[in-house]
Amino acid sequence: MAVSGPAVRLLGEDFSPTDELAAFTAAHPEAGGIVSFLGQVRCEGGVQAVEALELKHYAAMTLPGMEALAATTAKRWALDGLLIVHRFGVMRPGDPIVLVAAAARHRRDAFAAADFAMDHLKSQSWFWKREKTAAGWRWIEPRADDHRDLARWL
Amino acid sequence: MPAKLVFLGRLEDIAGMGELAVTPAPLELVLAALDPALAVELLGERVRMALNGSLLSDNEAVVLAEGDELAFLPPVSGG
Repeated sequence: MAVSGPAVRLLGEDFSPTDELAAFTAAHPEAGGIVSFLGQVRCEGGVQAVEALELKHYAAMTLPGMEALAATTAKRWALDGLLIVHRFGVMRPGDPIVLVAAAARHRRDAFAAADFAMDHLKSQSWFWKREKTAAGWRWIEPRADDHRDLARWL
Repeated sequence: MPAKLVFLGRLEDIAGMGELAVTPAPLELVLAALDPALAVELLGERVRMALNGSLLSDNEAVVLAEGDELAFLPPVSGG
């Protein structure tokens, strides 16, 4: 079982998901499976294309909230390890935004834990997102889907 | 020592600033001294408040003391 607690990081600069995942995998040789999710800024063409994305955070609450989420996730499933890395600041198309990885003896725990953590990062964590398109900057409000996703875990 | 209001997300755009130092007082007096258009947004149904990093429940009476930080939190969207 886990010898170390969940690793949670809030970063203002670009990170390498492959390096993070390699380090996480190396740290958990006992795990039978590792599930990871990477969220990145979409690259697309046309007038709707996102030129930049900015995530704002609130120092007093964002990281403490992510740590509480990680603790809840780790308590709910039998995990060997959990990694949550989340960006703030301005990002460009193709940049990584969020990486969640869960290591477990059995794959279902790892899949469920990563899914749970992502749903909560998406609509229950202290981030505010705005996108820049040809029309300028626009704040992104949570979608109804995000709330439905969250309701699955109640 | 003043208290501090913190405006997150789109509220920062509406306020034209991320933070504002205010004289410690009951919240209704602090809000009454702001631009009414901003005050209306801050009192919006979907805006939560956190005092010194702790989320407040709805209808909780707030009296700002010296050094307090009151944050206004619109709906979030991460990931």
